Amino acid sequence: MRINISQRKIKDPFVVKVQELSGQNLLACYQCGKCSAGCPAVSQMDILPNQIIRYAQLGLKDELLQSKSIWICASCMTCNARCPKGINIAEVIEAIRQILLRKREDYLKIEELSDEEKTKLPPIAMVSSMRKFTS
Amino acid sequence: MKISYYPGCTLKNNAKNFEESALCSLNSIGVEVEELPRWNCCGTVFSLATDDLIHHVAPIRNLIRVKESNTDRVMTLCAMCYNTLKRANERVKADSESLDKINQFMYREKIDYEGDVKILHLLELLRDEIKFENISKKVTKPLKNLKVANYYGCLLVRPKEIGLDDVENPTILDNLMTAMGADSIDFPYKTECCGAYQTVNNLEIIAERTYHILTSAQSQGAEVVTVSCPLCAFNLDHRQEETVQKFPEFKNIPILYFTQLMAIALGCPEKSLRFDLNSIDPKPILKEKGLI
Repeated sequence: MRINISQRKIKDPFVVKVQELSGQNLLACYQCGKCSAGCPAVSQMDILPNQIIRYAQLGLKDELLQSKSIWICASCMTCNARCPKGINIAEVIEAIRQILLRKREDYLKIEELSDEEKTKLPPIAMVSSMRKFTS
Repeated sequence: MKISYYPGCTLKNNAKNFEESALCSLNSIGVEVEELPRWNCCGTVFSLATDDLIHHVAPIRNLIRVKESNTDRVMTLCAMCYNTLKRANERVKADSESLDKINQFMYREKIDYEGDVKILHLLELLRDEIKFENISKKVTKPLKNLKVANYYGCLLVRPKEIGLDDVENPTILDNLMTAMGADSIDFPYKTECCGAYQTVNNLEIIAERTYHILTSAQSQGAEVVTVSCPLCAFNLDHRQEETVQKFPEFKNIPILYFTQLMAIALGCPEKSLRFDLNSIDPKPILKEKGLI
């Protein structure tokens, strides 16, 4: 895949916003890959956790906002627990999700669930899913 | 001993088997449990965005209820409630400005929250205050020859700042089960995420996780798997139906709340076990072992 790196992208307000919302210093990452090695969700991801951090450093906003990975991460915190640089990767992914959700771009379409599923699912599943995937 | 108890939503619905077995067990070891009055949903997940204070209002409001009950500690059973309440508490303790804003938002409450409530998980209460060796003494039906794999999931142990045991290799549940006579089985997937709320709209992920977690436990000889989170329980137990569809070689295995096994060991009546709420029937294996 060809990636265009530019000063304009690196200085995009998106990068600042991700750092602000996540409270993380993206430049602390030295790409060891430990987050992706331990992530239980990588088989479903299109951009791996360490790549998410790299993309965010480079301001690759569109790639991140359109990625499947941000919706696959369930904030299990394994990456955070193992990062040797103390970066909370789950918080970075949350920040990217929040940027979309705050534009009312919901990921979960609750109205598409069948009544049978809604009855079967415990409150804990419904509430957490709506908290993470809707605005 | 008397302790204030925060149940959370699912303990009053799909996870009555968790609540009833826990309350009966606590009663048999002499712990008096008092349900928190007027509790509300904790929000289930801790808000990770730095500026998102509004979602900490729900957990903190519950901590005001604790103070109103003239105590300064509260016990949870659900791992998600434990995590959310404890993290929100740590968040406001470390940041007085946020705490002020949250208190101002709840201006109609009679008291302000001051960051002075301690959140305990039942497992911590059993390990640190009751002590496992004292539970052993109260066992009337040892869980003999039952091979139990204990699944911790994410929220009891991560993040490590609030976890109740070692972040990579927790043993608290194993030690409790061993204290009650069971054979605790170690397995590498014991802290691997079950997929959590992806169960609402991405069953593919849940089937895959459930398959890997449970076959890992089975490969080490487990006959049952214990859990301490109603969402893990739903995914590992009720979603075995979807798991078999995706992986036809998968063999069902009963999933129990650790309190259900505790209730058996402590001689609680079978009605407190509420097996009607378990999806994969645990009765055949428990009968085979002479436990029910």
